[in-house]
Amino acid sequence: MDQLIAVCIDGVIYSSWLFTSAIGLTLIYGVMKILNITHGSFYALGAYMAASVTGALLARGMEPMLSYLVLLGSAAAVALIVAPLLERGLLRFMYAKDEVVIMLITYACFLILEDAIKLIWGVDPYFVAEPYGLLDSFEVGSLTYPNYNLILIGIAVASGLGLVYVLNKTRVGRLLLTVIHDPEISRAMGINVDLFYLVTFSFGAFLASMAGAFTAPTLSVVPAMGVDIIVLSFAVVVIGGLGSLQGAAVGAVIVGLVRSISIHFAPEIELFVIYFVMALVLAVRPRGLFSVAEARKI
Amino acid sequence: MDSVGAALYAKDVKPNAKKFSGINQNYAWGQDSWSDFEGSMKQLIPAAQVGTSQMPKLFAGQYGAEISALLASGSDIVHTSFWDGDLEAFILQAGPRGLFKKSTVILTTGETAMYKLAAQIPDGVIIGARGPFGVFAPNNELNKWFSSNFTDRYNVPPNYAAYQMTQSFLGVKTAWEKAQAANGGKRPTPEQVVAAFEGISYESPGGKVQMSLGKGHQAVMETAYGMTKKVGGKMTVEKVKRYPAEIVNPPEGIKSSDWIKNGFKK
Repeated sequence: MDQLIAVCIDGVIYSSWLFTSAIGLTLIYGVMKILNITHGSFYALGAYMAASVTGALLARGMEPMLSYLVLLGSAAAVALIVAPLLERGLLRFMYAKDEVVIMLITYACFLILEDAIKLIWGVDPYFVAEPYGLLDSFEVGSLTYPNYNLILIGIAVASGLGLVYVLNKTRVGRLLLTVIHDPEISRAMGINVDLFYLVTFSFGAFLASMAGAFTAPTLSVVPAMGVDIIVLSFAVVVIGGLGSLQGAAVGAVIVGLVRSISIHFAPEIELFVIYFVMALVLAVRPRGLFSVAEARKI
Repeated sequence: MDSVGAALYAKDVKPNAKKFSGINQNYAWGQDSWSDFEGSMKQLIPAAQVGTSQMPKLFAGQYGAEISALLASGSDIVHTSFWDGDLEAFILQAGPRGLFKKSTVILTTGETAMYKLAAQIPDGVIIGARGPFGVFAPNNELNKWFSSNFTDRYNVPPNYAAYQMTQSFLGVKTAWEKAQAANGGKRPTPEQVVAAFEGISYESPGGKVQMSLGKGHQAVMETAYGMTKKVGGKMTVEKVKRYPAEIVNPPEGIKSSDWIKNGFKK
């Protein structure tokens, strides 16, 4: 019984981590039709910024409990500085191009940012372990989990519910849905589509950098850490259906639980199982579980 | 043969272990390390059973579920050959989960993290350095020279990777000098240096290196393991045990897996 509960808890924790990153990816795709590979760089930049700034402030005697705010601030700083630069400086000139071309451009940006990270932070690992152990822990049977995991779950839930609320219950959200449906008509109706693109891209980047910033205390922040998350996030949004928030949530839960089950009961297939599930879903629903029917333009 | 040494040390400190588990990266290094450890444990402590063998992919970074599986297995001993960022992430995540308290954890490459993560590694964790390197290096003149120069240059003590690179340079130097002497003092060809390298022995900061396996092309050295112990807030190792090269390596011409399976017979 303990092990079944552990499977669920491990799955939920992993899903939360994945969802916070994947929801940004799916949001950017949903609004801008960009498969943003640079998302992995924002995750890594968030982790580096968080580890270096939080580490430096803790070394100068900052109250440890404030480190959570610094993690959040680090993620926001990345999104406010790098994302607008990328969107206004490069991507906005590419919107007329094919989706595949834009994806390749974001891939090139990903490679450039990977090297930029090495130039800025070097290749030595960064650590900021303090926030992970500050909040004590809870026990389930014989297993101990740091309460820090509850923050990760909370961030994922708040991000998901917040986005659903903004999209469905606010004026801004309705305008954004209009932009998603047809940018040209939206522009003709006086909606500032460029501003929506900038804000959406920056907020999507913020979600990725927040996932990186809040993961930083649990690992060693090293070059190329953005590679794995982008692959897994793609698996999640492809399972759920590109551009679907509900799809990203369900995709993250499926990936998290399937991975957790395999680790506990058949660890030898863990490497393969996520992609097997993805292939299975695509075989049955080629556009993902929650794909939305698109109106054909004449 | 790091994992044979790890199993020997495990037998020394936990001779009555009933269950052991592992978490290793899913590629040749991780698979071979676990295979060597599992095989050696079956020879050395036959009553011990495998709890779980976790094989996450290289650089996965997130080990929450794997740590749960290790905790749930109730293992007396947990073996890992994780290195670099994976090792550090594992230490950071396993510590707050209580894995180091519930099981005796062996980090075969733990020496690389022992100073960086001194606050996160509790006392009693078994660490290795892939040979007699770093904290396990002998107190010889070469080591004093290498260690002090490296520390002055980089502000950190050299880890096993630095020792191994240095001894490969010293090996080439030894072979070059031997080939040059045989060549009447003239510059030797690469083929002459390669031929001179076969089967030689030479001193290094980690001690004696013997090119005694693989028809003289494979180096062997002694290995060492110890347990972490904080002294005055500084990370040290205690209960250090050294295992000669012949004890942790198969004889010439015999595969490691066969040697382990046959009870380490010479």
